[in-house]
Amino acid sequence: MSSEIYEKIRRNPRFIEMVAKRNRFAWTLSLIVLVMFYSFILVVAFFPKALATPLWEGATTSVGIPIGAGLILFFWLLTGYYIRRANKEFDTANAEAIKEATR
Amino acid sequence: MTGVMTRLGAALFAAAWALPAWAAPAVEQTQQQGRNFHAIAMFAVFVCATLGITYWAANRTRTAADFYAAGGGITGVQNGLAIAGDYMSAATLLGLSSLVYTKGYDGFIYCISFYACWPIIMFLMAERLRNLGKYTFADITSYRLDQKQVRTMAAIGTLTVVIFYLIAQMVGAGQLIKLLFGLPYWSAVVIVGVLMVIYVTFGGMIATTWVQIIKACLLLGGGTAVMLLAFSQFGFNFENLFTQAVAAHKDGIKIMGPGTLLADPVTAVSLGLGLMFGTAGLPHILMRFFTVPNAVEARKSVFIATLCVGFFFCVVCLMGLAAMVIVGKNPAYFEGGDILGKMLGGGNMPAMHLAHAVGGNLLLGFLSAVAFATILAVVAGLALAGATAISHDLYANVFKGGKSTEKEEVRVSKMSSLLIGVLAVGLGIQFEKLNIAFLVGLTFGIAASCNFPILILSMYWKGLTTKGAVWGGIVGLVSAVAIVVLSKSVWVTVLGNAAPVFPYEQPAIFSMPLAFLTAWLVSTLDRSPRAAKEKEAFADQLVRAQTGFGAAGAARH
Repeated sequence: MSSEIYEKIRRNPRFIEMVAKRNRFAWTLSLIVLVMFYSFILVVAFFPKALATPLWEGATTSVGIPIGAGLILFFWLLTGYYIRRANKEFDTANAEAIKEATR
Repeated sequence: MTGVMTRLGAALFAAAWALPAWAAPAVEQTQQQGRNFHAIAMFAVFVCATLGITYWAANRTRTAADFYAAGGGITGVQNGLAIAGDYMSAATLLGLSSLVYTKGYDGFIYCISFYACWPIIMFLMAERLRNLGKYTFADITSYRLDQKQVRTMAAIGTLTVVIFYLIAQMVGAGQLIKLLFGLPYWSAVVIVGVLMVIYVTFGGMIATTWVQIIKACLLLGGGTAVMLLAFSQFGFNFENLFTQAVAAHKDGIKIMGPGTLLADPVTAVSLGLGLMFGTAGLPHILMRFFTVPNAVEARKSVFIATLCVGFFFCVVCLMGLAAMVIVGKNPAYFEGGDILGKMLGGGNMPAMHLAHAVGGNLLLGFLSAVAFATILAVVAGLALAGATAISHDLYANVFKGGKSTEKEEVRVSKMSSLLIGVLAVGLGIQFEKLNIAFLVGLTFGIAASCNFPILILSMYWKGLTTKGAVWGGIVGLVSAVAIVVLSKSVWVTVLGNAAPVFPYEQPAIFSMPLAFLTAWLVSTLDRSPRAAKEKEAFADQLVRAQTGFGAAGAARH
């Protein structure tokens, strides 16, 4: 029984479109995180001096501090951005696909 | 120096029992200290409160769904706190703050590495876990593959991770309690074991979740209080804090940039991989996603967990920096009053000394009690994950072929948690004198190389077959264990050989690709009719993964 409904949902063009969009969105965001994180790690391994540069003339605070804190904050905001789009767009498309299939 | 501080004056266990080995020096033996009544009293309050909750939870735990997944009735915010609680251990508080205290910016890099897995879990895993799973992550890997083989594989992965992680926590608990509370090692291990079994057996997932939530709030609250009190001495000014820290630290301005800790790129990347994907393969963390009613709440839980973990790491870093000035320049916290010499209680004490410096014995006692509570909460989660793998995966689905009743399944689960408790206490006492720093690295390595590859492939790759999943898992497990055993941390440190066979201690960069490659190769070569069927079944699985239609429902109560 559920297999039949799954079949219907699967054929729903709006569902197909949503899956493609969600995949693109999730992988893009993951890629952003992976690239930013591993670039950071590689800078640490190969150009550690770059992160030790003072933030302004005569400052003790190095650029590495806001960069690190910025990564933490930015990654968290990205998860929030994902939720926003998933709750609005993807969940609506899902609900409609299920409604149409079970009608 | 006050009495309490001198009682703390012995080598503290390393961060090892919850940090991967790379963040941890050797686990030091601790000396039993005089009783610390502040800490014991506050811990007693925590135990009474959690036992009360367990009693309340026991009355609400009727079905298998209640027992394993709290009936799916946990909200996103509650689950987020519980996930954060599973992730923030006593070692995070003590080990990472001491790393910042000694190495400065390098400690911050570790914090970021610990943290970076959470957005990935959000984007790629949270929803699918919730939509496909019921009680264990094997529900997902066996969704379209052969139940018996894949579940057995997943149960082996789960139990290895659980047992190794439990031993590490037990030994850590014993050493910590000996030092902070002044109780003998074995009694600490037995207390942890008994309470863990009580929480899990009587209260199931509901009690385990609430113990975790309370502990997360205590840890966040305690850490934040110490940080704010310390930061106020610098007028809440970052530049002022950094300048004074640089002036106080023996490495001076070098602490503001990366040092020598991550200079080797292979180790750095391997650690990053192991941490990031190991977290995404820890059974007790994965299990948390089945306690919420739907994908919306699953997403919310990761959002909250990410916030808590990120915030807590920043707090820990500020504590480490403030300790450079407040603790590092105060002779009272050093053996013989020599600020260039050994710190009282050993290298992991800066956070505890800082608590004492800014809040006196009361705050110190509070933070000690929180550290013990933290261990309790983490072992309860682990024991539940292990018991569920035995009862739901092995007993109900492999031995009984899915034909057992819920009642039998829960009974087996309760017996299993008792068995795991006895085993953990026994091994914990056996391992007292052993250097167990390798255990946590091993745990993360196995989780990243055995559990994670099968899980992510089964969710995303249509071509995965039963044979591929089983062989990929075996290769990941064996190679991760082999690399750790042949590396310096076991081959030299534990087994006493002269030189390591394998030069790197972190297995993930090698064992993870091996597992993926094997799973891919075996699946691609698998031309059996069953393999074709399994590939075909992916289409239905994808619909459920995306929509949650047909997913295990929320609680009836």
